[in-house]
This record gives sequence, C-alpha cells and structure tokens, in this order.
Amino acid sequence: MKRVIAAVLLGILTVVALVLFLNFRGEDEIHDAPPLTPPAGESVARGAYLVRAGNCMACHTERGGVPFAGGRAIETPFGTAYASNITPDRQTGIGDWSASQFWRALHNGRSRDGRLLYPAFPYANYTLVTRADADAMFDYLRSVSPVARANTPHRLRWPYSTQAALAVWRAMYFSPAQYRDDAAQTAEWNRGAYLVRGLGHCGACHTTRNALGANSDMLDLSGGVIPMQSWYAPSLASPGEAGLHDWETAQVVRLLQSGVADRGTVLGPMAEVVLHSTQHMAPADLRAMAVYLKALPRTTAGAADAPVAGVRMAERGAKLYEQHCAQCHGDEGEGVRGAYPPLAGNRAVTLPEAANLVQVVLGGGFPPATTGNPRPFGMPPFATLLSDDDVAAVVSHIRGAWGNKAGAVSEFAVSQQRGGIGR
Amino acid sequence: MQMKFLNWLAIAPAWILAAAIAQAAPRFEDSMAQRTLACTGCHGKEGRAGPDGYYPRISGKPAGYLYNQLLNFRDGRRHYGLMARLLDPLSDAYLLEIAQHFAALDLPYAAPPPATAAPAQLQRGQALVREGDPAHDIPACVQCHGDALTGAAPNTPGLLGLSRDYLNSQLGAWRTGQRRAHAPDCMARIARQLSPEDVAAVAAWLAAQPLPRDTRAVATLPRPPAILCGSAMRPAGRPQP
Repeated sequence: MKRVIAAVLLGILTVVALVLFLNFRGEDEIHDAPPLTPPAGESVARGAYLVRAGNCMACHTERGGVPFAGGRAIETPFGTAYASNITPDRQTGIGDWSASQFWRALHNGRSRDGRLLYPAFPYANYTLVTRADADAMFDYLRSVSPVARANTPHRLRWPYSTQAALAVWRAMYFSPAQYRDDAAQTAEWNRGAYLVRGLGHCGACHTTRNALGANSDMLDLSGGVIPMQSWYAPSLASPGEAGLHDWETAQVVRLLQSGVADRGTVLGPMAEVVLHSTQHMAPADLRAMAVYLKALPRTTAGAADAPVAGVRMAERGAKLYEQHCAQCHGDEGEGVRGAYPPLAGNRAVTLPEAANLVQVVLGGGFPPATTGNPRPFGMPPFATLLSDDDVAAVVSHIRGAWGNKAGAVSEFAVSQQRGGIGR
Repeated sequence: MQMKFLNWLAIAPAWILAAAIAQAAPRFEDSMAQRTLACTGCHGKEGRAGPDGYYPRISGKPAGYLYNQLLNFRDGRRHYGLMARLLDPLSDAYLLEIAQHFAALDLPYAAPPPATAAPAQLQRGQALVREGDPAHDIPACVQCHGDALTGAAPNTPGLLGLSRDYLNSQLGAWRTGQRRAHAPDCMARIARQLSPEDVAAVAAWLAAQPLPRDTRAVATLPRPPAILCGSAMRPAGRPQP
C-alpha cells in the first residue's frame, strides 16, 4: 500500500516538474532595471512600424479609448480576457518594465511579475519575433504618452482562470521558438514567413483552434471560425477559399494595402487588420508576405456534400435577390467594378462555411477607408428588413446561381448567427 | 388586327412608365448617394427617416452634428451595434464627408402626426421648450436649438420632424448615460435635470409641431447660449467650424 502511494506521489511530482520545466524553458536571464535613458529616435520609428505590423493597438485599445491604454474585451469560449495597458504609465502600464521583461512577455508569454499570460495575447506567434525587433517595439511603446488606466481583471471561468490550468495548457501547446531562415528559399520568402507567422500572427485567425483554444498547427493557415465572432477566416492554402497561389503578387499587395483588389474585397475582422495594420506596411514587406502566402502548400478543401435549396426556397431567394440585391450586384451577379463585388464566381460567396455571407447580409458593411481606397461603397444591413428564412433563401440563391455551386444555407444557421449581430 | 392594336394600347402605358423609371433611377452612379446606400437602407430614401420612427431623419441636419454622432457611434459614446459595425472601418475624413453629404440635402418634411397627448402634458412640453424651468436649472430648448427649433450651425440639430418615440428614447438615454457626447456633455447635464414626466411632455409636444417654412438650421443664434457644448475637432487639414 505504502509503495502504491509513494508511486502515485512520485508520478504527480514528475508531472508537476515536467509542467514547470516546459513552462520556463528557453527563458533568458532577466534584468529588472527599467531603462534610465529615453529611447533613441531611430529605434522608436522602427518600433512604431513593427507595432503597426503586429496590430498591437487593435486589441490594446478599447472602443473610443486612448491608444494602447488597454481595456478591450476579448471574448473567448473560456470567458472574457481584457487587453492590458501597454502605455509607459508606471503604476498601471509598462513604465516600470525592463526591455528583457518585455522580451519575455513576447517570447515566453510571461508577465513582469512572473505570471503566465493568456494566449489571447498571441505569443505563440510573437515568440518568433527577434530580440532586436522586440527591443525596438519596447522603445516605441516607451515613447507614447503614459495613461493611468488600471487593468480590468479577466473574467474567465474556472478552471481556465487558474495559473495551474494555464501552465498545463502551455506545457501541451506552447514552446518558445526562433524564426530560422530556410536556406532553400529566397530572402524575400523568409521575410514574408517571418512576418506572416510571427508579428503578423495571421494564423491566430486563419487556423482552426482546438477545443482548448490552441491552434493545432500554427503554420498551416488552413482557415478557421474566429472564436465568438461568427466570422470565418478562410483558408489561405486552399485555392477554393482564399488561397492566393494564382493571384498576381501585385494584387495581393493591393488587397493588403487598400482593402480592395480585382478579385477580392476585405470586410469584417480583416477590414480592421487592413485599416490599422497592413495599409501602413512598407510595399517591400507586403510583397514578401505575398510571396510567402502564394507559395503555401496547396490544400484542397474537401467538397462537402452540399444541400441543395428546395424549389420554393429557390424561387423565393431569386425574388428577394431581384428586390434587394440586383440594383447593386447586377441581375447576373456581375457587380460593379470598383464599387460592388461580383457574386458570380466569388470565392467569398461560395466558401463551404457560409458564415461570412450571412454576416454581410445581416450586418452590411464597408471595406476599410484606406489611403488607397479612401471613399468605399457600403452595403446596407438587412437584419432589420429580412427574416431568418428570407436571409436563408436569398443567400442560398446567391450560392447556387450564375454557375456558383455552393450548398444552401438553413434558416437555423441564420438564426444562430443573428445573435452575434450588433454586439 | 384591331384586337391586337387595342391590346398594345392597353400595355403601352406600362412600357412608357417602365422606361421613365429606368431613366429616373440610374442603376449606378459614382456619387456620395451611391456610396451611402448603406445608410439610407435604414434611415430612408435620401436619409428622410425610416418608416417606423426608430431611424431618425439625417438629411438636412447640421454637418457638425452628424459628424459628431458618427464618431459617437464609432467610438462608443452611443450604442447601436449595426451602426458601430458599419462605421468601424471608416476614417474620420470619410465620416466627415458622409456627414456633409447628408447635411447638404434640403428635402421636404412629412407633416407631423396629430398630437394625441393630454393638453396639460402638451402645455408643459411647450413651456419647457420655449421657457425652460429656471427653478430646476433647465434651460429652454430654443436657447440653443433656435427659435424655430430647426437647429443652429455647426453642431446643434433641429428638434422637429422626429418621432415621439425617438425623442423619448434619446432624452431617456441621455439621462441614464447610455447616450453621451464630447465633453462638456451639455445635453447630459440638461437631461439629468428633467423628470421622466418632463421628458415625455417635451417629446409629445415636439413631435406634434409642423415644420416652419424654412427648415434649415440657422447660421447664428440671436444670443450666444449660456451653456458650453463639446464637439469633435475636424480631421487634420480641414477647416474648423
């Protein structure tokens, strides 16, 4: 009996030791002293650029709030996490942090006080950011005006709220890493890979998360539903979804720079990314990202057995289309160049996952107002005008007309999405 | 043959009418009206208000007022999910242009619905609008919104041509802090002085008033208002009002 107890205790101790080891491996020596001198101008400028490329401001600013002062709620399946104040306020921000503590947060996912950080902060991607880039970002953040705004405590459910659960999660799904150039690829491809997989954290949305919120493989970019948002970030590896393999590089650059290209328009969460981040990036970096994305290994999304709309639904859908949609998108779904996207042959319309199309019909939207496309044309929301079965009928019509061959969408699927509109 | 000709005569007006409609409404034009179809979907044709009184008229309101409201929705001082979502990806400069587009529309108003409120309530409403209630530190609406209540450039909206439900809900939202404006938030201060009965009286009276001949906001008020109201700065490079 005693032996059994001893063996169990030993087992538990081993697991705890392993979890602790896995959580703290790969950490550099920490220097606690915050820098005494103001940052150099050149480093601040470089850091500002990198902070844009990482789109730090989007999460670390609440609606209408001061940039970087935190407070934005990030809804997750495990509860709500609140982004922190990263202005250099000494009491409530990162004014007392040292450069190596900032580096540890980005690279190892640990805060100044040693607490493990929640992966809503995408350190599984940021771990690839180089020390030099992290230092420049820190210098930039030190240069912004400090804002006294105490951090909002996270509201996560037990057990996800505990550091122990987070330690186990990290032991299973996180390991600090460095980006190592692939010698077989060009310098441009490598720069693109570094930006897409690291700072750009594209995989945070464009990769499916498992039941515990981890990206099964942060490199594959094979598409995923964005948790709690009812938007689907399409696969960048599948030519049937948002794969860019047969796009011209310049068109990819244009999409990231202006939000519109000949063969696509960004809306929803990606509009936010273009607005706050990619439109400000250097053309050379956008080109590098395009080169990397175009070279992703192709996957073919399995053609799901799509349900076909019944005759009555199809007739109703066609009638609703003529009434509400044809004025802008054309009788044959041809759209208007430069203003309204075509619906015939549009991959955003025929995605196996119809969430985005339903979102757009219910909530409407504008592409981002960027320097390259400062006065976008908008689509009205139909949530107040059309019932769930109206939306299902018209969306099913669009997905099956003019040569489109995607499946019908049910009234139930629309009603599930309507709940997320207008939050 | 004669029968066929008669048939043709019968359908000819429909053809002519269809051709006229097609000419009257071009399918696409590169204009602000085209760009803002996302707005008029709910706020009615040319922004003349939605049919149910919930989506207010936006055409002809002062540009500064509309610009402030667009920013308020985008930046969380007013709350309506569909609005926030539409405005999220838009720049300050474009929001100003949208505001200026609707402000420049000078369109006729519909006649107000007949007043259904009790005479005493309407009387109280009129008194609050015209004279305020100095004992409760409530200024008269006309002091800032103009004697004709058609608003004042650049930032103060007219109060006529709005539904009773809309006026009630907006004043209510201001009392509870659900609706806010740039600091100093003058309307929040005033709304908090109003009792629920005052709100109902003001809304009932305003919603029943016909529009004057000139429905446009006045360029200047006869007396500068005693209250200071906040407003957004125009985007960089644009003239400040």
